[in-house]
Amino acid sequence: MVAQILFLVLTLAAIALFTVNLRKIIRNIRLGKPVNRQDQPQKRLMTMLRVAFGQSKMVVRPIPAFLHFFVYIGFVIINIEVLEIMIDGLFGTHRIFNGLGGLYNFLIGSFEILAFTVWVSCAIFLVRRNILKLKRFSGVEMKSWPKSDANYILITEILLMSAFLFMNAADAKLQLLGASHYVNAGAFPVSQYLMNILPSSESALRIVERGCWWFHIIGILAFLNYLPYSKHFHILFAFPNTYFSNLEPKGEFTNMASVTNEVKAMLDPSFVPAETEPGKFGAKDVTDLSWVNLMNAYTCTECGRCTSVCPANITGKLLSPRKIMMDTRDRITEVGQNIDKHGAEHHDGKSLLDDYISREEIWACTSCNACVEACPVNIDPLQIIMELRRFAVMEESQAPGSINAMMGNIENNQAPWKYSPADRFNWAEEK
Amino acid sequence: MEFKVPTMAELMAAGEEPEILFWVGCAGSYDERAQKITRDICKILHHVGIKYAVLGTEESCTGDPAKRAGNEFLFQMQAMTNIEVLNAYNIKKIVTGCPHCFNTIKNEYPGLGGSYEVIHHTQLIQDLINEGKLKAEGGESFKGKKITYHDPCYLGRGNGIYEAPRKALEILDAQLVEMKRCKSNGLCCGAGGAQMFKEPEKGNKDINVERIDEALQTNPQVIAAGCPFCMTMLSDGIKLKDKEQEVKVLDIAEITARANGL
Repeated sequence: MVAQILFLVLTLAAIALFTVNLRKIIRNIRLGKPVNRQDQPQKRLMTMLRVAFGQSKMVVRPIPAFLHFFVYIGFVIINIEVLEIMIDGLFGTHRIFNGLGGLYNFLIGSFEILAFTVWVSCAIFLVRRNILKLKRFSGVEMKSWPKSDANYILITEILLMSAFLFMNAADAKLQLLGASHYVNAGAFPVSQYLMNILPSSESALRIVERGCWWFHIIGILAFLNYLPYSKHFHILFAFPNTYFSNLEPKGEFTNMASVTNEVKAMLDPSFVPAETEPGKFGAKDVTDLSWVNLMNAYTCTECGRCTSVCPANITGKLLSPRKIMMDTRDRITEVGQNIDKHGAEHHDGKSLLDDYISREEIWACTSCNACVEACPVNIDPLQIIMELRRFAVMEESQAPGSINAMMGNIENNQAPWKYSPADRFNWAEEK
Repeated sequence: MEFKVPTMAELMAAGEEPEILFWVGCAGSYDERAQKITRDICKILHHVGIKYAVLGTEESCTGDPAKRAGNEFLFQMQAMTNIEVLNAYNIKKIVTGCPHCFNTIKNEYPGLGGSYEVIHHTQLIQDLINEGKLKAEGGESFKGKKITYHDPCYLGRGNGIYEAPRKALEILDAQLVEMKRCKSNGLCCGAGGAQMFKEPEKGNKDINVERIDEALQTNPQVIAAGCPFCMTMLSDGIKLKDKEQEVKVLDIAEITARANGL
């Protein structure tokens, strides 16, 4: 009874804490500017099913795709087991689903095999990060916390899977001993090999089994609450992020409606624009970005596929699309904390541009869309870079000198170079 | 030119309408290297007998480099001025000689009141091949030659057009070799996003050199391009590598014109 109450309290506390943090993140995302991503629901659903559920963009790199697939289906399917653990924990039952008979054995057997493949995949991931030191996982933005974050996640998953397998091994051994409360149920294709290293006394086995059971479920609840602070949030946000992703051709950049009004008024003096709030052009801080940009930032799992294909980054420039996303998340988190501490009106005098992302970074972008194409969950770092450029150019008139010259040429000669418009058709006269 | 390139103004004065407007673009109009490509596109149009016209001196920058640099004002000024001209001429279909013009007019003009059917010149060439109007005969033979094609970002990733330019090369019976990074994974030439008009940021290599190194790994005789900016970047790369004699950088339109002896 005490165990049941303790379980209930722990579970409720974990869910409550997670809800509080999740709501804060959703509030932070809502600080972004509106953008309509409710159109074409069917196409959006298909995109989500293909890209997030189907992992379609992962297959470009087969080795991590293969390993990630195991961890992914492991995560999805082993959750059925968590459901049983929840019911057992609340009602003091043991293996409540065993009434399913043969199907139950099949399920437990599959979970064991999945747990093993998750274990192995995570171990290989750790090797890739820490021993093989793949270039994709390094970079200026991957020092300190982001580096440990990845390792914490992998180690936690390995520990959780180990606990699950040892729990089953002890359970199986107790079943063989005919211990009370341990019904004969389940199949143990993996944990049977662990039975020999466990003690043989019933009381010790009970301690191992209960210990692993509690470790496993407390681990899961703790991991759930780790997510809002971690890059691992993608396991939840990958789905809405792909659903609300851009469906238009990647080459198309949005036309700013606020500018359209002013340009129309300039070209046609009789045009009266609808009253609109005088806003900022482009983005200086995260709250000038759209909510989709901010959701993108929370979804990023820092895999670095974007940076590894970025022509600027490949050739040694400072720009890293992954850093753009991480900076955006760090800044929106900071803005959210300021609101919690000092209220909505407080401003700390910092901004995304300059305090997090430098001018050198945004001007190194070729807008080639390689980062957008590479992202397995349809994150768009390019849009953020463009919004920062818009601010630099339209609000501050701070573009590199040669860019200003190019724009001056377009204004004066209708071409980005200094040629006379009258000579525009000369090409037809030469042989 | 052995024939006269018709302008919209002339056609309108004669009470005629073209089947397609050829949008030349700034590079195609002023850049010496790109002018050759422009003339070759006209030769192809003339050769197949499509009724076409250009805007001539009435054409103006689409605003693409301004938009990618962050100057939405200048972009929309250019766009609305151009749309006024295009709509006044009742233009329905446009072929562009540049993927940047193509992307801008096709995707960004409709929201500002300019809706046209827009194709890139490699798509026009593909259509003409499919219709049997264009072959590869009567000119230079590319048979067996090693050709590698560089995907322009605004044609490839930007708009998903990977097949049309390759189709135009397939007909040559040449040996098509792909670079390691091609199609949706293609590496930028380094000119996009207004980079064409500025010095690159500090790094350890120029992007066009990175790309040329990759292209040269395929041991090509021809590097095929479909964009005047890529043309500049790739040609500069070849010059830097001192490979001008062995490797030619040619636009798909030039290759097509040569293969047909135009």
